[in-house]
Amino acid sequence: MSVHKSLPHDAALLHVSGQARYIDDIPTPADTLHLAFGVSAIAHGEITSLDLEDVFASEGVIDVLTSGELPFENDVSPSAHDEPLLSTGDIHYLGQPIFLVIATSHLAARKAARLAKITYHDSPPILSIDDALAANSRFEDGPRIYGQGDISVIDSAPVVIEDSFEIGGQEHFYLESQAALAVPQEDGEMVVHSSTQHPTEIQHKVAEAIGVAMNDVRVEVRRMGGGFGGKESQGNALACACAIAAQRTRRPCKMRYDRDDDMIITGKRHDFRITYRVGCEENGKILGISFVHYARCGWAQDLSLPVADRAMLHSDNAYHLENIRIESHRLKTNTQSATAFRGFGGPQGMIGIERVLDHVAHRVGRDPLEVRLLNYYQDHQDHSVEASGGSISSKMKTGPQTTPYGMEVEDFVLNQMTADIVDRSEYQSRRNAVADWNARHSILKRGLALSPVKFGISFTLTHLNQAGALVHIYQDGSVRMNHGGTEMGQGLFQKVAQVAASCFGIHMDRVKITATDTAKVPNTSATAASSGSDLNGMAVKAACDTLKARLCAFLVDRHECRHSDIQFKDEQVWIKETAFRFEDVIKQAYENRISLSATGFYKAPKVAWDRIKGQGRPFLYFAYGVSVSEVVIDTLTGEYRILRSDILHDAGKSLNPDLDIGQVEGAFVQGAGWLTTEELVWDAKGALKTHAPSTYKIPAFADRPDIFNVSLWDNENQEDTIYKSKAVGEPPFMHGISVYLALSDAIAACGSRYPHLDAPATPERVLTAVQRVQRHGL
Amino acid sequence: MSKIHVTTTVNNEVVEFLADPRETLLDCLRDRLDLTGTKEGCGTGDCGACSVTVDGTLVCSCLVLGVEAEGAKIETIENMAQDGALHPLQRKFIEHAALQCGFCTPGILVAAKALLDKTPDPTETEVRYWLAGNLCRCTGYDKIIRAVMDAAAEMRGAA
Ligand code: FES
Ligand code: FES
Repeated sequence: MSVHKSLPHDAALLHVSGQARYIDDIPTPADTLHLAFGVSAIAHGEITSLDLEDVFASEGVIDVLTSGELPFENDVSPSAHDEPLLSTGDIHYLGQPIFLVIATSHLAARKAARLAKITYHDSPPILSIDDALAANSRFEDGPRIYGQGDISVIDSAPVVIEDSFEIGGQEHFYLESQAALAVPQEDGEMVVHSSTQHPTEIQHKVAEAIGVAMNDVRVEVRRMGGGFGGKESQGNALACACAIAAQRTRRPCKMRYDRDDDMIITGKRHDFRITYRVGCEENGKILGISFVHYARCGWAQDLSLPVADRAMLHSDNAYHLENIRIESHRLKTNTQSATAFRGFGGPQGMIGIERVLDHVAHRVGRDPLEVRLLNYYQDHQDHSVEASGGSISSKMKTGPQTTPYGMEVEDFVLNQMTADIVDRSEYQSRRNAVADWNARHSILKRGLALSPVKFGISFTLTHLNQAGALVHIYQDGSVRMNHGGTEMGQGLFQKVAQVAASCFGIHMDRVKITATDTAKVPNTSATAASSGSDLNGMAVKAACDTLKARLCAFLVDRHECRHSDIQFKDEQVWIKETAFRFEDVIKQAYENRISLSATGFYKAPKVAWDRIKGQGRPFLYFAYGVSVSEVVIDTLTGEYRILRSDILHDAGKSLNPDLDIGQVEGAFVQGAGWLTTEELVWDAKGALKTHAPSTYKIPAFADRPDIFNVSLWDNENQEDTIYKSKAVGEPPFMHGISVYLALSDAIAACGSRYPHLDAPATPERVLTAVQRVQRHGL
Repeated sequence: MSKIHVTTTVNNEVVEFLADPRETLLDCLRDRLDLTGTKEGCGTGDCGACSVTVDGTLVCSCLVLGVEAEGAKIETIENMAQDGALHPLQRKFIEHAALQCGFCTPGILVAAKALLDKTPDPTETEVRYWLAGNLCRCTGYDKIIRAVMDAAAEMRGAA
């Protein structure tokens, strides 16, 4: 079988030889035009005059469009219809597109876009969480509230802790910036190549923008140079602009954001403030907890509601919290519209409870690991043991425990995984070594932390949990397959091809993977929520199963055998003891007029969710992981290094272990970047000052931990997923939280208090936190 | 603006093109010579996706003007495999799964080759610091470092 094997990325050979084509590499006709947006220079207000004379006069400019010239819909939002492609006069953030330049080259378009003379009537911008609260500027009428039990238990708890901290946003920094290319066809049709995770939405928005039906638009996506959620909705503007310009000029039109434009125009991860009030026993057992989330959503709704929901749904992370209340405010500000980013709010929710656990442990004077174990959900076999009347261990056994949103946790494995990583990472001896080091050193301090991940898998918008596929077998026995998922580097195409090859028992080189194409598989969901291989793998398998059923029926007839006598393996079709070459069977089937093309469809079972009530089963299952990180900080400068990280991650029965480990490593480093060096800074006027890699620091080669051990936990998914695997895109991102907690631990060693530390914990913030802890004495 | 005629050697072939004097070498390679293996990640010399060598020196081609290529010898990712055989670095990148979206890969390979051409036996720290100017958002770097170290070992063995 091809599944469960470490095969290289499907395009690895193209990548290493520079032959892999991204949008800007697609050969285009010589008359292709290039686009750029002219953007606002203020964050809030109205345009009072717009003089485009110099823009029109600029070298190479063919045309300039403002909102009045748009032929049809002026909207690029995913659902709320609140995001005009071009401003209609109101300005909502600094960087908002106002006009569109169509020119003969990328450079000419960009230069011209700077030449407009615009005057504004300024309004005071709402930039921060406090600004938004003061102005009651928000999405939805008021906060969403989820929870269970009764949090009044906090008041009578032996230990009560309250605090608040902030977590900054994060720029996706996909290496390939946003790009689209529209090529007009005969009879009003449009072909769009887009660097997008959501081809169907591009098709939908383009159709609206150029006033045609969806069947007049075909969107093709071969690959993206990284997505991370940043290409779920943020590509709409470029694709619509290209299609509008292409329809108008009857020429191919291409648009790619320069890096600075990309960072200034597009949305990022939501920044959060989280306040918590927790009551616990003297041993650290949490009795009740109350969270308030403040999410800065930016100017348009985009995906903010489900993002903020998911943050709430991860406020428990790995802990059984019987009395909990989570209140979530979705604040509207005059900044870029915050959007999907790997984890989709989950990381923000999770870091809230993880900080609480460390804070509690510090207060009650116990190792944070003990306090975590005390509060964990119970492992799934614990309740199966109980059900079969087996011995009951020290923990209370009362069947599956329930999350704050009413879902039973049936597949918990973190007790076992934690025991394993404690062992592998030599947690206990290193905990002692760190204490010993800190007792002997006053300038450099070390910190160690363990943090678990329990991440819910499925789109919380239940109807999105569907996928389609199309599989052809040609008469020579070669297979071509297509599905709705997009390839952004995660290795989805290879994993799904492995599924197809396994179904037919053939080698991978018989299976051709093709670009995602809305003309082949319609009505697809975004490749998001880590769902890519879960959904599309199942859809491809369904198509393959249909084809196999047809082939079997044909063989049963021809060889007078039973269905159960037939097996597809080793490039052959076996009927009892006799083997026929796969291609021969296909040839015969073709000659006997058997259809060799099939679609496949899959919808995830069991999920049902009421987001207003906050009750139901939003997820099919959970993916788990646990990490241990050690850092050293310099208390004189605030600088630090990650010395070692150990990660154990649950990818179910992995479809492709090498690709999955790659996801885990990359996600961890990205997660650590979010919480350490990646600082977004807006000035008082709302201008994003960190809009290039010169000022916005994603982790680089030298930032990777000195010792970095990543392993997969062998754990068949209990649910009936594709070959028992689990989704792996987002969950490991949250292993980065162990780095933030380790920094807090190191800072705590400088005094007696648990440090206040906002994220990202830049050296400046670490230094400030050290000094604050030191001021309070030992 | 009037264009300037440039004659240069790219991947051992003499080529000529007309360049706007403001155009970068990166744009000339991509748009005039159709060598799109060299990528733009930032345009400001901070990501290394546009790495090429000019007369053997590793440069960010987004920081070099096309007209500066006059008379120079330029090598890009497209020239790394020789006579249909992958360079050991290329093979090791595939073997170690040292790429995901692949957008950073050409630049990192060109930069790593420039290191190994000069320093066949680098320490891991040397590799890390040499490649510090190449950003990758997908992999977390670990597999890339292993691939480079392994390729270096193989090339020393073969030499
Ligand atoms: S594009 Fe040249 S360094 Fe980034
Ligand atoms: S593989 Fe995507 S940026 Fe390196």
